[in-house]
Amino acid sequence: MIRLLFTIIAGVLLGGVVHLVSVLALPRIATQDAYSRLTPLTKLNAVTQLPPADPSNTVMPFVDPAFAVAVCRYDLSGGPIKLAVPVSQAYTSVSFYTRNEVAYYAINDRSAGKKVIELDLMTEAQHNDLPEDEEITAADRLIIDSPTATGLIVLKALAPEPGLMPQAQASLAASSCAEPADQPAKQAEAPRGKR
Amino acid sequence: MRLLLITLLALLVATVVGLGATWMTATRGTDLGTLTIGAWTARPKTGTSDVDPYSRATITRNGELPIGTGDGVAFTATTDDRKKPLDGRCDVVVSGVTPAARFWTLTLYDQKGHLVANTLQRYGFTSQEIVRGADGGFEIRVASRSRAGNWLPTGGIERYALMFRLYDTPVGVATRTQRDAPMPQIATVGCP
Repeated sequence: MIRLLFTIIAGVLLGGVVHLVSVLALPRIATQDAYSRLTPLTKLNAVTQLPPADPSNTVMPFVDPAFAVAVCRYDLSGGPIKLAVPVSQAYTSVSFYTRNEVAYYAINDRSAGKKVIELDLMTEAQHNDLPEDEEITAADRLIIDSPTATGLIVLKALAPEPGLMPQAQASLAASSCAEPADQPAKQAEAPRGKR
Repeated sequence: MRLLLITLLALLVATVVGLGATWMTATRGTDLGTLTIGAWTARPKTGTSDVDPYSRATITRNGELPIGTGDGVAFTATTDDRKKPLDGRCDVVVSGVTPAARFWTLTLYDQKGHLVANTLQRYGFTSQEIVRGADGGFEIRVASRSRAGNWLPTGGIERYALMFRLYDTPVGVATRTQRDAPMPQIATVGCP
């Protein structure tokens, strides 16, 4: 009897370990996470507008229907990307997510303080490899370090009334997210960098 | 033989307890880092890099994208102020004041987080389109049948959730009490 009791106690303790490991592993093994759901709908390193939220559209749960939403699914292994989002009339925000949906950075139009939200997204290694002179000219550009090489950028523009939705979508349609055209030249320069 | 049986039993108990607890926390959520004001609950830390492992598991499992801290904060309510579950066949009034924010939106979802179909194509309200009283206060009627003023249709579903999102707001990780963030009241005023 005592033996059975010990077995159950051991089982429960081991169960605690199983629980902790599985909670920590879940973000890595989940196959229906937002990134996987958006992969068939979006292009890599380009801005894709998502269809407006309505009851028949069940790609992601808890989407705010007052917003026009566009997604840039990025892969930084080919080099940094530049993001430019013109500010819409009401409210515009840009949120950055890692491959496992950690929201590591978000900025809105007011904190950007310009008519166009302009950002450079790169991995930490690419940031360290930036040539020093370039860092000075880039001083007025915001540089964001991505913790993972792949991830999602979500661009949102608010339509305060349903009638303003086309305007919000139009402002997102003018945004861009791409590797700079002169990328090969920059990569050749990189070895002369500060480190 | 007996040792083998006992080991197998221990492993079986471990699997059931461990995965059961994970399933429970991932579907129902935990109280880690929650901010509760009235009937509303928010998890401001899910919008930052130091999100807790339980919220991460829930987020990836549901396939949602949490709202980033630099963007805003989202509050959810599944009951009214008296802890009565929100029922789509009843009349529920959301009224009062809102915390400081440039914009807010109130949206109605079913239990899976999808919008509820209705002929008006009205899924929620933004702070700009709401009809306000003379004192600046507002009253939103959440009901299955048409109501005067700000009517948010429920489609008659049994259980629903309200989500109140604040954009460009000081409310966030540092918010603790009702005084920092006065949230609207939710009251069930009549059931058929």
